[in-house]
Amino acid sequence: MKIKKNIAVSETGFVFDPTSGESYSINGTGQQIIALLREDKSPEEISAIMTGAYEIDAASFEKYYYDFMGMLRQFQLIEEDE
Amino acid sequence: MSKRKISVALTGLNNTDNPGPGVPVIRGIRESAFFDPRIIGLAYENLEPAIYMHDVVDKAYQVPYPSEGSDVLVQRILEIHDKDPFDVLIPNFDAELYAFMRAEKTLRQAGIRTFLPTLEQFEERHKSTLPDFGEKYEVKVPFSKPIYKQEEIQELKEDFEYPLMVKGKFYDAYLAYNTEQVKMHYNKISAKWGLPIIIQEFIKGTEVNVVALGDGKGNTVGAVPMRKQYITDKGKAWAGITLDDKKLLNLTYHIISSMKWRGGMELEIVKSFSNELYVIEINPRIPAWVYLAVGAGQNLPEALLKLALGMDVQPYTEYEVGKMFIRYSSDLITDLKEFEKLSTLGEL
Repeated sequence: MKIKKNIAVSETGFVFDPTSGESYSINGTGQQIIALLREDKSPEEISAIMTGAYEIDAASFEKYYYDFMGMLRQFQLIEEDE
Repeated sequence: MSKRKISVALTGLNNTDNPGPGVPVIRGIRESAFFDPRIIGLAYENLEPAIYMHDVVDKAYQVPYPSEGSDVLVQRILEIHDKDPFDVLIPNFDAELYAFMRAEKTLRQAGIRTFLPTLEQFEERHKSTLPDFGEKYEVKVPFSKPIYKQEEIQELKEDFEYPLMVKGKFYDAYLAYNTEQVKMHYNKISAKWGLPIIIQEFIKGTEVNVVALGDGKGNTVGAVPMRKQYITDKGKAWAGITLDDKKLLNLTYHIISSMKWRGGMELEIVKSFSNELYVIEINPRIPAWVYLAVGAGQNLPEALLKLALGMDVQPYTEYEVGKMFIRYSSDLITDLKEFEKLSTLGEL
């Protein structure tokens, strides 16, 4: 799953989609996950990094992770060929 | 480099919540690095604000509505030109274009340059003939049909599903969910803009707009796409943002090159949820939000002026994405003397 290349994410968590003109705000955790997606990390790698950094088990993280991915897809921030 | 002195006459000086493009076009021209303009404002109503904005308009003249007759309007323009000569005329309303396109030769002979679409181009992109346009130029358009009588409203359910759009031939568009609403909008729009009323299929999606300029030879001199971020109850953009959308730009290039469009244009497009682009309207002039294009790096009013003067214009290839405009209203204070002068003498 890849974030569209032209999506801009600022240090403050402001996300801008230049194709649709829509903008969103995400928290620090969201920013971190988007950064990891941009590094082409797999869901398993992202889960390992996040569960290592925060007090959360893999099963709970997975639920939140796929919710977040669903939201990114709904807002068309994910590459279409995925 | 010293700037070239030029005198430009423009219409569209109104600035309500449905503003004319006059003031933003003038702002673009005034910001030109190439021209040192003198601006002559042509006003239909004596309360069009730009008449009294002396840093925007240098001299204003009242002109008759095109509905009083094309010849009357053109005659008044020539009369103004005799008294106070100008080099270029930029009409900014759909409703007056017909008169000026027809009079292009007369105006040119008098020394007034314009850069307008041809009559054929103007007619082709009418809302009432949009399906033919779509077929001819292989562009997706919503199904639409002109109606001339109230009795035709009952029969619409044979061709359309509700909701549908009810549109005036020049301006105004309303969404209608049933025949009663169609009747109400039919009466309202026809009283204002006449017939036909255009009934158009409603395409669900996001509305996006493109301001563009064609050189009449098939080249796009500039194009900037925008999404409305704040929309007034008249459907006008009160805020908007420039987009990076190659599909939108390619569609614009395709339309301009296949029509060999001459002059400014605004494409109104709906991007459906399946990412298909439907052209819902082609306005044959620069829109009121053109100053966003200027702010994003494409001074299209300046380029239009250069084209009108027969100068060589290099097409713009870039603009800043994510540039925004936010409109505001402001109370202009003026003296009764000024209003009196315009109202009695027809000039200020």
